[in-house]
Amino acid sequence: MFNEDEPYVNWHDETLWFVRAKRDKSAMQLPEWEALRETASQIKHYVLSHMDELLVAFEQKAKANGIHVHWASDGAEHNEIVLGLLKQHNIEKMVKSKSMLTEECHMNEFLIRNGIDVIDSDLGERIVQLRNEPPSHIVLPAIHLKKKDIGDLFHEHLGTEAGATDPQYLTEAARQHLRDKFLTRRAALTGVNFAVAETGSFVVSTNEGNADMGAHLADIHIASMGFEKIIPRQEHLGVFLRLLARSATGQPITTYSSHFKTPREGQEMHLIIVDNGRSTQLGREDFRNSLKCIRCGACMNTCPVYRRSGGHSYHNAVAGPIGSILAPNLDMTKNADLPFASTLCGSCSNVCPVKIDIHEQLYKWRQVLVKGGYVPKSKEIGIKAMSMVLSQPRFYQWSGKLGRSVMRAMPFVVNNSLNPWYKQRDMPEPPQESFRDWYIRNRRE
Amino acid sequence: MSAREKILQQIKLNKPAETQLPAKISFESYYEDTEVKFTETLAAVYTEVIVMASMNELRRKVFEMYADVVNRATTIPALAEWSDFSLNISDPHDLELIEVAILEAEFGVAENGAIWISDNHLPHRALPFITQNLAFVIPRSKIVNNMHDAYQILADTTGWGCFISGPSKTADIEQSLVIGAHGARSLVVFLLEA
Repeated sequence: MFNEDEPYVNWHDETLWFVRAKRDKSAMQLPEWEALRETASQIKHYVLSHMDELLVAFEQKAKANGIHVHWASDGAEHNEIVLGLLKQHNIEKMVKSKSMLTEECHMNEFLIRNGIDVIDSDLGERIVQLRNEPPSHIVLPAIHLKKKDIGDLFHEHLGTEAGATDPQYLTEAARQHLRDKFLTRRAALTGVNFAVAETGSFVVSTNEGNADMGAHLADIHIASMGFEKIIPRQEHLGVFLRLLARSATGQPITTYSSHFKTPREGQEMHLIIVDNGRSTQLGREDFRNSLKCIRCGACMNTCPVYRRSGGHSYHNAVAGPIGSILAPNLDMTKNADLPFASTLCGSCSNVCPVKIDIHEQLYKWRQVLVKGGYVPKSKEIGIKAMSMVLSQPRFYQWSGKLGRSVMRAMPFVVNNSLNPWYKQRDMPEPPQESFRDWYIRNRRE
Repeated sequence: MSAREKILQQIKLNKPAETQLPAKISFESYYEDTEVKFTETLAAVYTEVIVMASMNELRRKVFEMYADVVNRATTIPALAEWSDFSLNISDPHDLELIEVAILEAEFGVAENGAIWISDNHLPHRALPFITQNLAFVIPRSKIVNNMHDAYQILADTTGWGCFISGPSKTADIEQSLVIGAHGARSLVVFLLEA
């Protein structure tokens, strides 16, 4: 349980807030920041309304550039295509750089089941892979771990000294370990940050250089993209690359922004365009804007709920506010709880570089999920009871008074394991009087 | 029906009403001195920018800077005698021995310290990543203000290119910045007077 350890939760909260603060500092240095966000949002809206034409134009150009283009309706089809390509080349080992799409498709598990050794090469992703965990953040995969956890993990798997926690030393050990993988793997899979319809090229951004190390050394480069990653023209990259890293970590740009257009001589390049529910989401008027997302993670870093609950609490490949509006589209039954895990404070929408109305969509998903019967009966009964109390002032006053005296006289009635609030926290002291009573008394005086 | 047709058909059915692209997609950045901004931005990512008055001066400088280093590679013909590692190889895996590479690159961007390098100036795409240490040489006159300006001159038709801003880095362990993740451990940028 994430919030059992209060100092740990405070540390997680502060660490992410620090990243949010760096984003603010960086954004404020550009007087055109708000105009850039608006421009990016409009370009993405154009993309949504011309998606099919852009994808066809992209495919045509990419093929002319010598890239093999594949289409996958869902995660299973995507995974089969990857496996097929590896089998065709008799490859049993692959390096992978960051791709949230492959997390969404559960590709690693599938390939490993089929005898393929997949090594994640982003340091954070490698860390969580060695722990048999999914990433807890789309940009900072191991943000939930302390350096002692990583020191212990590397001692066990990479043979570093017991008790070592120096990040410099641990990173160096990972560099040596992964260099060997880069030099011996014949296949590399990368994600795609942007695909350009005009040129048939795609851009991959990293700070570590792992996508390039993998792709340029491998005989076969496979790039996987959700179809919404398409943008119309190369010059639009100017807008998106200015926004992406500043929103993510506060850097003016990632260390590497690699533009792939043709395979290098003797190499094979494959690109898989994946739907997996996106075309359905495109048809949901209230929710289609979620497809504008460029996966910067700013909404997570700013979210008071994410910061104090951690990415794994969201049980979805993409966590946080954006994950909570994407996940119900994939599975309403499994993900019905997520849109309720929000304060609706709106901070996510305020920092979003493509101006997705995230908090409004969270609110709208709640309506859809309750009406569709996806919300547990207990929650529905609770909400109905609350609505009955709140709509009747006299009943509200009476039940407030009753609640306060019960909590004072018999605290065990609420402080027990039947009350989920009590699991990691104490109930607050009940106040002596309600605000209404206080107000009436003071007006009289 | 193939996945391709299925996806495209579903998109056609579901996409929203047509909107147009925004008319204005680029913004200007104003810096008192573009080169100073470029130098400061790179200093913030642990990269030194050094102005060189001539190729002769650059040659003297690199001999001095990398006096004790073995496995030196370069794509710049005028530095051929400085290098001791030939790039005339067929398998890019052989590049892993390189300790330092001095590479000709095309231009720099002041707002973020990014430097564009592409197939135009590279015999091997892996080179700027696999070398332990990296140096770029760009003409001093070729620094633009921001990314909009950069894409104006990138009517690029090469097969691959990359913006590189600083050495490889990570902060995946408790947000502590560490230089030298998978790519080059250091970057130096030489601005060469024409």
